[in-house]
Amino acid sequence: MSYTPIKFHQTGTHTLGNRLLAPEDRTVQSSLDRANALSCGHRACQGCGEALGARYAVDAAMAAAGRDLVAANATGCLEVFSTPYPETSWQLPWIHSLFGNAAAVATGIAAAMKVKGRSTRVIAQGGDGGTTDIGFGCLSGMFERDDDVLYVCYDNEAYMNTGVQRSSATPPAARTATTVAAGPEPGNRFGQGKDVPRIALAHEIPYVATATVANLRDLEAKVEKAMGFRGARYVHVLVPCPLGWGTPSDQTIRIARLAVETGLFPVFEAEHGEITGTLKIREKRPVEDYLRPQKRFAHLFSPEPATATIARLQAIADRNVARYGLLDPAAEV
Amino acid sequence: MLRQIEGSRAVAETVALCRPEVICAYPISPQTHIVEGLGELVKTGALAPCEFVNVESEFAAMSVAIGASAAGARAYTATASQGLLFMVEAVYNASGLGLPIVMTVANRAIGAPINIWNDHTDSMSQRDCGWIQLFAETNQEAADLHVQAFRLAEELSLPVMVCMDGFILTHAFERVDIPDQATVDAFLPPFEPRQVLDPADPVTIGAMVGPEAFMEVRYLAHHRQTEALARIPEIAAEFAAAFGRESGGLVRPYRLDDAETVVIALGSVLGTIKDVVDEMRAEGRRIGALGIGSFRPFPHAAIRAALAGAKRYVVVEKSLAVGGGGVVATDVRMALDGAAIPGITAVAGLGGRAITKASLRRLFEAVIVGTAEPLTFLDLDRGIVERELARMREKRRSGPIAENILRDVGAVAARIV
Repeated sequence: MSYTPIKFHQTGTHTLGNRLLAPEDRTVQSSLDRANALSCGHRACQGCGEALGARYAVDAAMAAAGRDLVAANATGCLEVFSTPYPETSWQLPWIHSLFGNAAAVATGIAAAMKVKGRSTRVIAQGGDGGTTDIGFGCLSGMFERDDDVLYVCYDNEAYMNTGVQRSSATPPAARTATTVAAGPEPGNRFGQGKDVPRIALAHEIPYVATATVANLRDLEAKVEKAMGFRGARYVHVLVPCPLGWGTPSDQTIRIARLAVETGLFPVFEAEHGEITGTLKIREKRPVEDYLRPQKRFAHLFSPEPATATIARLQAIADRNVARYGLLDPAAEV
Repeated sequence: MLRQIEGSRAVAETVALCRPEVICAYPISPQTHIVEGLGELVKTGALAPCEFVNVESEFAAMSVAIGASAAGARAYTATASQGLLFMVEAVYNASGLGLPIVMTVANRAIGAPINIWNDHTDSMSQRDCGWIQLFAETNQEAADLHVQAFRLAEELSLPVMVCMDGFILTHAFERVDIPDQATVDAFLPPFEPRQVLDPADPVTIGAMVGPEAFMEVRYLAHHRQTEALARIPEIAAEFAAAFGRESGGLVRPYRLDDAETVVIALGSVLGTIKDVVDEMRAEGRRIGALGIGSFRPFPHAAIRAALAGAKRYVVVEKSLAVGGGGVVATDVRMALDGAAIPGITAVAGLGGRAITKASLRRLFEAVIVGTAEPLTFLDLDRGIVERELARMREKRRSGPIAENILRDVGAVAARIV
């Protein structure tokens, strides 16, 4: 076996450049042949979860498609930091049209490829604002028609590109520029947010998955799996935003992992409306561990702990654990 | 082949002859029959290969067309009224990205109050969106303009709207010559995009552009419209040579030689106007008509030339720039800048109000003798307006205006107070 130098992107539990594995079993990112879809030199903030998530997701999709892939992008951070004219960070054909229409534009591209008899695959991507709010109609239309598009939502739980305003994916009690920490219900009005992965499930599309940047191998594997299906597919990736969440740039991965380990962000996958797999929590952590390091939840702990609010957030996490069997090894599929 | 056929069906069959590869469909009156017809042609295999995408909104319709066009497919959709307004953000985007999408607009009023009948308020609201806007006078022309529209759009990499009067044209059965496939194929070569989403040659489309270049991009959009000003009459001439009939072009003069009074209009109302012109000509009146076939780009020079010998003009238009006056008349005035020709604006037929020969004749007589108001509302019921104004003066909360007026004209039971 010839020697292959490997570039490490992450160390820890899930080391990506695993030299002990046979080359065909190695991750997309550990390969020197990776597409490098989103090349370095773009203008994302330091520690940006979205830039990390997008590179892994699109590289995995490109690997699965044999690089025969086109991307449609919604307006948002990802679009702005990657394409300041006349520069571009994208190594694949890429189009940005509007904030709310990435799914529909991707449908049009897929229709064009089909009618022309070409094998080119299509990926659409957007943030939570472009997905759960303004682009929701187009997304649901794409699901309903079962158009051959993989839609990836990079969820950083607010409108970060415009200065951290609330979106329908902003968690309850979180402080944003439009849900300030004041009044009887400081932060985002209590609710549960719009659960688009479950809405995607209700459309019974071929494949739905959630993932985080804390487990990039899992993200890669899910994107790769999604590309194995035809029809509408949806991958929802939690991508912490250091600026919006008020966390140090070197804590992005750790915060994402805490979201999973507390149960606040359930990681699962589903096929045709049925859950087929969940990422088990090894040791469940209290939600406080996740909330405390983030400035957007600082008002929950100062001047004194908002015990009732924290308890309600804990209840959401506990419900997720029960709903998806996150602690039950027997429930493992 | 000459057939007695509904306008919408004629358009659907002609669009099919243009071999669109992706068609987006969302229903809105009076556009529906067009996409229904195309849906049938795709389903039965008469139009193949073609993807017919039933979308969830007009915003999605234009967005799917954007994706398809950017991927190199010939894309088509049709809309009207509220539908056009619902897709506006994507309409601007299609022209900004230089995508040669062709869209039929079955012209209809904009609410509130809701009204499904014909006027030109919808497409006029898109005056500055960067699309070419062609207006059809007859169903024959509506069909023919689509063949020319695809050619024009793809040559210039600009989207084209073909506007036809809702119901008056879309739902009217008349004789239309539907061309044969071979003639259309010879006239309209396959779509070769200027820039395409292709993994073999990756490009980034729709990047963010800052102040250093945005103005130049917009200037180039304007420049391409001025190029269209030259190409529209050329393509119309080529069409006439290939198909044996006149359709399209920038302007259409009618009995303008020695005309002292010129009536300017767009769309199907030109038919009625020409009848009145004929009657008045028979009486020795020196009157003529000038149809505008291309609203965008606006043919300033052609209009100026056509009105060179005129003493006065009147613009009959089916739209209103609320708080301003006429939409088309403003452009006409600009075209005549420096020429001392007085003109008046006649707003007519809003929300489907019939434009009769008698009313037009009264208007033209008044224009000739100089008694017409500079901004005339043809057949406006002054009594209804005065009663409502009085009500509003008396009572601050006079209720919904449209319902008050309906009660006045007896269209709603008196018990609704």
